This record gives sequence, structure tokens and C-alpha cells, in this order.
Amino acid sequence: MIAFENVAYNYGGGELLSEVSIRLAPGSFHFLTGPSGAGKTTFLKLAYAELLPTAGHVTVFDRDVRSLTRDDVAMVRRRVGVVHQDVQFLDHLPLAANVALPLTVAGRDGHMQDLTDLLGWVGLGKLADALPASLSGGERQRGALARAIIMGPDVILADEPTGNLDWEMSVRLLTLLVELNKMGKTILIATHDLNLIRQTKSLVAARVLRIRNRRIQLAGADL
Amino acid sequence: MTLRRRLAAMILPDRQADRVVPPSGPTAWLTTFTAAAMTFLAVFALALSLASGRLADRWAGALAGTATIRIAAPVDQMAVQTAAVLDILKTTPGIASARAMTDDEQRALLAPWFGPDLPLEALPIPRLVELTEDADGFDSEGLRQRLLAEAPGAVLDDHTRWQRPLAVGASRLNLLGTLSMALIAAIMAAMITLAANASLAANAQVIRVLRLVGAQDDYIAAAFVRRFTLRALMGSAIGAIAGTIGIALLPPVDEAGGFLTGLGFTGFGWLLPLALPPIAAAVALLATRAAAFRKLRELT
Repeated sequence: MIAFENVAYNYGGGELLSEVSIRLAPGSFHFLTGPSGAGKTTFLKLAYAELLPTAGHVTVFDRDVRSLTRDDVAMVRRRVGVVHQDVQFLDHLPLAANVALPLTVAGRDGHMQDLTDLLGWVGLGKLADALPASLSGGERQRGALARAIIMGPDVILADEPTGNLDWEMSVRLLTLLVELNKMGKTILIATHDLNLIRQTKSLVAARVLRIRNRRIQLAGADL
Repeated sequence: MTLRRRLAAMILPDRQADRVVPPSGPTAWLTTFTAAAMTFLAVFALALSLASGRLADRWAGALAGTATIRIAAPVDQMAVQTAAVLDILKTTPGIASARAMTDDEQRALLAPWFGPDLPLEALPIPRLVELTEDADGFDSEGLRQRLLAEAPGAVLDDHTRWQRPLAVGASRLNLLGTLSMALIAAIMAAMITLAANASLAANAQVIRVLRLVGAQDDYIAAAFVRRFTLRALMGSAIGAIAGTIGIALLPPVDEAGGFLTGLGFTGFGWLLPLALPPIAAAVALLATRAAAFRKLRELT
């Protein structure tokens, strides 16, 4: 689904990632951990073709990202849902329109019942008409998750999705992601919250990847 | 997607797509105002261009095919030289007719300067011979040589000496009018490009979000292009109406006189300003589209 083969990435000020080889199999659940600045966000950006590797190959849905046109990248984004820590919405549109944005840009506006169901599933059914500025951190994260999955993507990438949330809300969001994984979605979550990883591993068979010294390795049994 | 479909997608309204770009403030007015002001000026440039074209045609048409021979000779030789000139003209190929102007006609010509009671016989006024050439025309240089040999006091004036600068002047004015319209279009394109760039930069976050959720460049660009094209069309329509009213309010021919007599539209020419708003919209479409794609590559 997404594969890294001897991938390196250099920001210009030195190599951030080096010799990264990994494959995210369909239906798998992965955590990506490591200290701040280790390259977790860069890894995710490489995975959804926001960045191109400076060496090696990143393959998304069997296509090398270097061969993708800008339109191809847009089509890839419709199959990869992305959730960021600092969720960005279109502030002039209500939550429902923001969540439905992937459908709008894909010209599939007719799925309004799906939207209502989805907002109810993430617990935001009553906030459909609220503007983003009036939402709490947890509500924004759940809104972002709803937006990331409304197109029925094959892969969901989440970058510190619980970074701004309290423990209860973090667990609730993780539970939603576990449910999605049980529906067959491939999940990759970048986080430095080890307690959350332990909590999730009790719910799903998740693999934990760790970035250390610019390389990615499978974490040991301590996680 | 074919170019035709891409352009159609740029122009045809899409309420959902238009909503994703927030309504912007100052750039909206800048585009509308620029289009209105530039089209207002373009109407006058168009009128100038058409008027100078008509003027050039009129001057060329009025003088084409005629020439004058001026005979300056002592009074006692005037009749002999006039007869000689007329004989020469009769045998010159390319001349359809020739006649010496009468005293009354010459008096009438000079009346604006010397009054109606000019004693022609007491003054050394040259005799004028008016000639008309046929379709083939005559050899002016050959005629000059013959006149020099057989009627030394006769000088051929085939009007080119002063007709040519007038025609050149009129055609230059015509060119200036056309050039002005091209410059106006270029300035409008530049201003709309600046406004579009400002709008795109102000909406950088919106563009990033749209790219993140899978929007293609065509979709994002179209939302901006439609908006700017519509504003340019609206502003240009206002400018075209105002400019046409301005032209219609110019003084009429008999009051203004001189060059201004022709500065306006005639007949179907009054419909020409209607072509300016679609042209302005097309300029806006192309300028915004180019700016949008350039900016999209910069931002994402």
C-alpha cells in the first residue's frame, strides 16, 4: 500500500532520515514514535507525497511518488486521509461543510446522509452548523478525523492527533481509529505518547516503529 | 481533460466550488475598479482609432485623382502659357480632363484672405489649372519635365507634398489608438494579476487545506478565475457604458469643428464598445489562470 525503500530525506541542513525501508501492509496498524524533531512528520509527509525523498523510493498504491503529477498527487490524497495535530479548517465554512470538503472537491456532494452519520459517529452531530473557531481542541480533532475518512480512504495517517487533547478525549479518538482499522483501514499514527500506545495495544495488534539515529526500527517489547 | 473542457470548467458557475474560497475584500474592488477604468479609457482609444482611420480615408479620398498646375508668368504671357499648358495636358496620357480656373473661381478661393472685391487683374496672381487623372494615372515627373521645357512658369502640384504628411499623421493616430488599446489591455492584465496574486497569497491556508483533501489545481484555480473573470466583466460593462455615454455627449460636428468633428462612433460603430467587456473578461481569465497556477506551485 505504502512502501519505503532505502529512503533518505535531507532538509538542506543535514540528513533527517536515512536508509528507511518499511512497508505498510493493507489493514495494518502502526505507531511511529521518537523524540521531537526526529522526523516523524517528515516520514508522514513522504507517505502522502507532500515531500519527495532525496534518495530511495517511496511507493504509494504501487506508484513511485516521483512519477506522480500534481493531479496524481491530488488523487492519492483522496485515498489517504490525513489528520494533523494543528487541524486546519476553512474558517468561513461550518463544520459540516469542512468535513464534506473532500467530497466537494471530488464532485461527490450527494452523500449528505453519509455526512450526517459520520458526524454522529464522531460525536459532532449537534455541531454540524458550528464554525470552526467555536470548536474545542477535541472537537476539532474529531472533525479532522471525520474529514479524513469521509472519502473512505484506504490509509489514515495521523500526526500527533492527540497532542492537544486530555487523556479521556485521546482515548476516545484512538478508539475511533481502532474501529476504523477493524473496518480494514490501514492506520499509521505518529505520537510520542507512550501511554497511549500501550493503551491502544490492548485493543488492537499494533506494531510500533521508532525513529532513532535517522533510521526506523521496530520497537522492542517494552512497548 | 481537454483544453475546451478545462476552460469551460473555469467559466461555468459552480456554487460549491465558489464557496470554498472566502469572499475577499479589497482585491474584489480593485479588480472591478481597474476593469471599469481601463474599459472607460479603451472606449476613447477605440473612438480615436476609428476617427483617425476615417480622417485618413477622407483626406486621401478627397484629394486622390486630382492635381493643380500653377502658372506664374508676366501678365502679357499668361494667356499664351495657359494655352500651352492646356495643350500639353491634352496630349499627356493618364489625364482625363483639365481646365483653367476662371477669374471668379480664383477670386472665390482667395476671398477668405483678401475679401470679395479683389482686383485680380491688378495683381500678379498665378493662374490655376485644375486637372483630373483617369484610372491609370499620369506620370507626374514626365509632366514636370515637359512643363519646364514648354511652359517655364508652370509648376505641377499633385498634392502629394502635403497630402502625404496628413495621411501619415492620420495613420499614426490610428496606430496610436490601437497601441493605446493594447497597452490598456496589458495594464489591466497586470493589475488583475497583482490582485489575483494578493488574493491567492491571502488564501494560502485555504489552498493548503484544499490540496490536503485532494483538490486538483484546476479545481482550486477555477474558484479564483471565475471570481476575477466575473468581477472584470462587471467592471468592464460599467466602464463601457460610461465611456459610450461620454462619447455620445461630445459636442456635435457643427459646434466643435476641426479634428473633434469626427471623434465619435458612427452607425454600427456604436456597438463596438459592447465587445470590450468580453475582451476584458478574457484578459482577466487568462491573467488569473496564469497567476493561480504559478502561485499554486509556489504554495504547495
